[in-house]
Amino acid sequence: MSGRENGSVSAERDTALAAYTLRLGDDALVASHRLAELAARGPQLEEDVALANISLDLLGQARSLLTYAGSLEERLTGVLRTEDDLAYLRDEDQFANCRLVELPNTDFAYTVARQLLFSAYQFELYTALAGSADETLAGIAGKAVKEVAYHRDHASGWTVRLGDGTEESSERMAAALEAAWPYTAELFTSDAVFRSVAASGLGADPPDLRPAWDVFVDGVLAEAGLARPEVPPITGPAGMGGRQGVHTEAFGYLLAEMQHLHRSHPGAAW
Amino acid sequence: MTDPGTDEAHQRRFDAMITAEERIEPRDWMPDAYRRTLIRQIAQHAHSEIIGMQPEGNWITRAPSLRRKAVLIAKVQDEAGHGLYLYSAAETLGVGRDELLDLLHQGRQRYSSIFNYPTVTWADVGAIGWLVDGAAITNQVPLCRCSYGPYARAMVRICKEESFHQRQGFDILYTLARGTDAQRRMAQESVDRWYWPSLMMFGPPDSESTHSEQSMAWNIKRFSNDELRQRFVDMIVPQAEALGLTLPDPALKWSAERGHYDFGTPDWDEFMQVLKGNGPCNRQRLEHRRTAHEEGAWVREAARAHAAKSRARQRAAA
Ligand SMILES: [Fe+2]
Ligand SMILES: [Fe+2]
Repeated sequence: MSGRENGSVSAERDTALAAYTLRLGDDALVASHRLAELAARGPQLEEDVALANISLDLLGQARSLLTYAGSLEERLTGVLRTEDDLAYLRDEDQFANCRLVELPNTDFAYTVARQLLFSAYQFELYTALAGSADETLAGIAGKAVKEVAYHRDHASGWTVRLGDGTEESSERMAAALEAAWPYTAELFTSDAVFRSVAASGLGADPPDLRPAWDVFVDGVLAEAGLARPEVPPITGPAGMGGRQGVHTEAFGYLLAEMQHLHRSHPGAAW
Repeated sequence: MTDPGTDEAHQRRFDAMITAEERIEPRDWMPDAYRRTLIRQIAQHAHSEIIGMQPEGNWITRAPSLRRKAVLIAKVQDEAGHGLYLYSAAETLGVGRDELLDLLHQGRQRYSSIFNYPTVTWADVGAIGWLVDGAAITNQVPLCRCSYGPYARAMVRICKEESFHQRQGFDILYTLARGTDAQRRMAQESVDRWYWPSLMMFGPPDSESTHSEQSMAWNIKRFSNDELRQRFVDMIVPQAEALGLTLPDPALKWSAERGHYDFGTPDWDEFMQVLKGNGPCNRQRLEHRRTAHEEGAWVREAARAHAAKSRARQRAAA
């Protein structure tokens, strides 16, 4: 191989890795934000503490991942974007998170459903990434997988409590799962970026994460006495979804709220 | 029927423990009035922790940097934790958390009036940390030596975290005060709004305070409202100078003679109005609490139902 080919191969690799890391960072950032909206709104004080805990873990993951995505990007473009530049100064269509994490906290069951499906996905993802050929990503994932194991337990516990609890709670839990379920297909959809990082041993190809996720989620649903929702995946325009920057309508409001103050004071330090 | 002779002996032993600065523990005999006073005070304190989550929680989703956002989420989480410790301390006196929350929701128990003021700018998150957590620490450090053991021990844990909160609030204001003109104005405007309400946090002047004397005799309260207020002013004046911000009190002046800062008189009419329920956010704060509680009712019920079913299944299997 000539040096030039080597260079372009590694540039392609870095481009995919930067895009991949940004996707993971956006997932964690938005998931954290939705939980943070619930501060002082939990059904009991213990939940205020637990939801804040999970939100903080996810925010910590987001900060590491966005900072790393920014530095990978800088290698390619020579321009550095910090975690705050990436969180506060991108528009909606530049966010690459899956749509599942955007879904609003319609009631506590919706929060639990979203967290169950997402943390079960993150658990498989970070487990795989802990063995990434990229040391930084492996380090972030190795720490995060322990946190996410707790998030997954927490959501599983509530899924079972609500599914098994009362008639009302079981109905609400089933409705919430049905609303979130169509967005799970996106978690396991591959594309060129995913295939590239998987091929170079840096990242995971989403379809590979699905079997273990299925087993885990089915196990929780069975314990909760809930049926696996029979609803088709949401299809985006021309097959596009969150990874391509096409989000739910609710997401624009989330960003407007999150970014407003930062953007009102251009260049200010906080 | 209780033997009056025994009660007298109990009372003598209790008085001796108080005089000897010993800790009263849940299993010890205590006068009913002591128990009632503690329940009222600990409940009010616990309610303040959880109502206090609202004004600051108001800025979590708009925090201007991810670092500040993380610190603020952690702070609001700490306050929920403080609420939990304090409701547990009250439980040792024989009242459950549910009962106390009902009293709060019915407006029959108070929380600190400071939380009836709105947080309208990001700088308010800084001002609350610096001034409100600062005043709370001034109030609470002496409570670490309170005669009732569980309350004193809860305060030790809480005070450690409150001093983090105060430093973080100071740091927010410090950064704003050295930022753009707009940020600096935001910081000063916020301190101008929070200074007087924070002085009111120590309660009415000693001449008008109703509960102080007995609480002092029981070693629940160690210093008078006015003494604590003076301590607080003496602490924040040099801190304001370090921030490069001014305090909106024309009477503020070092008195060499007293060895303390002289300061002005808060608007006690405003204090009474807010206490009576007519502050800017009284209704909103309670309504928010009630709504969260009511919306969570089906969740708590489900958890109880599931626990009961699990126990029944275990029994059936055994
Ligand atoms: Fe607190
Ligand atoms: Fe605090």
